Amino acid sequence: MALVRAGKGKSEILEQTQAVVGVNNVSLKVPKGAISVIMGLSGSGKSTLARCVNRIIEPDAGQLLLDGEDYTTCTPGRMRDLRRRRISMVFQNFGLLPNQTVIDNVALGLKLRREPLAERHRKAGEMLEIVGLSEWASHLPGELSGGMRQRVGLARALATEADVLIMDEAFSALDPLIRTEMQDELLRLQTTLHKTVLFITHDFQEALRLGTRIAVMADGSVIRDGTPQEIVIDPQHDYVAAFTRNVDRARLFDAASVMVETPADGQGGQFVLDDTGQVAGWSAPGGAPASGAYIAVRPDTRLIDIARAASRGRGPIAVVDEAGRFRGRIPEEALLAGIAGDAETMKGTRPDA
Amino acid sequence: MLDPDQVYIPLASWIQIAIEWIADHFRPLFRSIRWPVDELLNAINGTLEVTPPLLLIALFGLLALWLAGRRTALFTVVSLVFILLLGIWYETLTTLSLIATAIVVCVAIGIPLGILCARSDRAWGILRPILDVMQTTPSFVYLIPVVMLFGVGTVPGAVAVIVVAVPPLIRFTNIGIRGVDQELIEAGIAFGATERQLLWEIQLPQALPTILGGLNQTVLLAMVMSVIVAMIGAEGLGLVVLQGLGRLDVGRAAVGGIGIVLMAIILDRLTQAVADRDPRARAGQSRISGAFARLFGGGHRRAEARLEASLDSKT
Repeated sequence: MALVRAGKGKSEILEQTQAVVGVNNVSLKVPKGAISVIMGLSGSGKSTLARCVNRIIEPDAGQLLLDGEDYTTCTPGRMRDLRRRRISMVFQNFGLLPNQTVIDNVALGLKLRREPLAERHRKAGEMLEIVGLSEWASHLPGELSGGMRQRVGLARALATEADVLIMDEAFSALDPLIRTEMQDELLRLQTTLHKTVLFITHDFQEALRLGTRIAVMADGSVIRDGTPQEIVIDPQHDYVAAFTRNVDRARLFDAASVMVETPADGQGGQFVLDDTGQVAGWSAPGGAPASGAYIAVRPDTRLIDIARAASRGRGPIAVVDEAGRFRGRIPEEALLAGIAGDAETMKGTRPDA
Repeated sequence: MLDPDQVYIPLASWIQIAIEWIADHFRPLFRSIRWPVDELLNAINGTLEVTPPLLLIALFGLLALWLAGRRTALFTVVSLVFILLLGIWYETLTTLSLIATAIVVCVAIGIPLGILCARSDRAWGILRPILDVMQTTPSFVYLIPVVMLFGVGTVPGAVAVIVVAVPPLIRFTNIGIRGVDQELIEAGIAFGATERQLLWEIQLPQALPTILGGLNQTVLLAMVMSVIVAMIGAEGLGLVVLQGLGRLDVGRAAVGGIGIVLMAIILDRLTQAVADRDPRARAGQSRISGAFARLFGGGHRRAEARLEASLDSKT
């Protein structure tokens, strides 16, 4: 540890002590009820970090806080209690017991905390219903497909009613189609369950889809931390930029990130608003009367959908909120720049803006 | 010059003195080792002998039917009837009791030791060379210290059988538990398992196919040794063979030999069937059969392949 504090590099320490520095000086706040993604390539220390969080791997230094309680050095009994009731985990290769039925696997956490059998099966049954595997309850995991097995793993993690969920490369062992399906499933569950999820992945696309916040790790340290849009707009780091380069911006960014808040454009044309702030129409440059030809989109509409609408419709693009009130307009060049990834035209979501 | 006919190191007399000293000073220890083996052996043998032979054959047949299926059950019944007709029934029962006693004691000693070895590298470091020596020593050689320390007869014979048969069970238990998928262990810890829960809920059930493979080895070694211990006066089928040889009565010796072979095949089939059971056949049935399904779950072949791979990587 002294070497780490002295600021020696990872390879230097490996040479001197044969000890590998897994995770170094990572300070993360994982906000309640959101999906926080830790993204990094293999060897970057992300799985080690995840295992430090529930102390499967004991950190040599540092502090772990859960709701302000420091559990870094708590008694084994207290730690077990936390693992049984507060923090659960989903594993890359599912970690299911092959000789126990699906429902018994889901009930593992409940069994370990010694709940009676009937209660275990009742709760596990409910969880299986949530992940849509009720009719598989008495089958063995070996009879299920990969995606279904991970649903069982997810149900097992949910069954303990823990509010913190560590998902270590949970979808990485699944093939791409099933992976997307599971991501949707997780997002769907999250809308009702609001768990605090710490999601570990090496897949940047997955991080972008799931993450409310993303932390990018390399060599045991977090090198970039922010919302998906912040990271794509401004990677701040060559290593991060290598990932963001291939991002499909049209699907990541929304109308709010490219819109201009005035109703008038440079050529003199403008949206005409009525008293309640709703769009009454569009007047062409030169003061011609308002005509109805314009395209309305919501602030959270993705650029890809706006582009699709623009290619079909006629007239300028207005951003309106749920009540129909005018929020801004999107000039064509801003839409194109947003899709092309020209950071200078982006606004609103930039951290320094 | 060194004279080949001369003994320079009187190792024989040293060992004699050492063993005599041990026998003299540790008599209570060996008595107390002997006692449970004696009791167990007598209890099993007594029970088997008072049971009517045909009832016993029927029970074995049912056991074989339940564990291994119709073919093995048929073979078991026919073989046992044949043994009964050959007139070596009581000798067979004695051998069977000897093996049964040895297995009970081996399980009671071997599995806990195997678990200990799996959890502590230091324990495995100490026990491994001992097991290596034990398994390379011809079983014949064990007879010497056993006679010195425990005397002659069926009970010392049982002790010798135990000593010979226990190493594979320790080894397989150790390897079985060490071979449990790391992610399953982590899953157990992550959901708040205590050390004991981890052992009983995850490690032992997962290692069971391997442990049962070890048990199969132990049973076969016990079978072999139960014959050899006839030389220190243990009764049973081995004694039939030994007497036949002593009197140049080839027929009698052959009858004993046939009995031994039939017993060995039955025991091997039954213990292999236990290790081979497919949990799927029983999943979702009553709790007892469900428990058995879990108990005997997992693929034995897979475990063997894994075991061989792990052994290969170690050599």
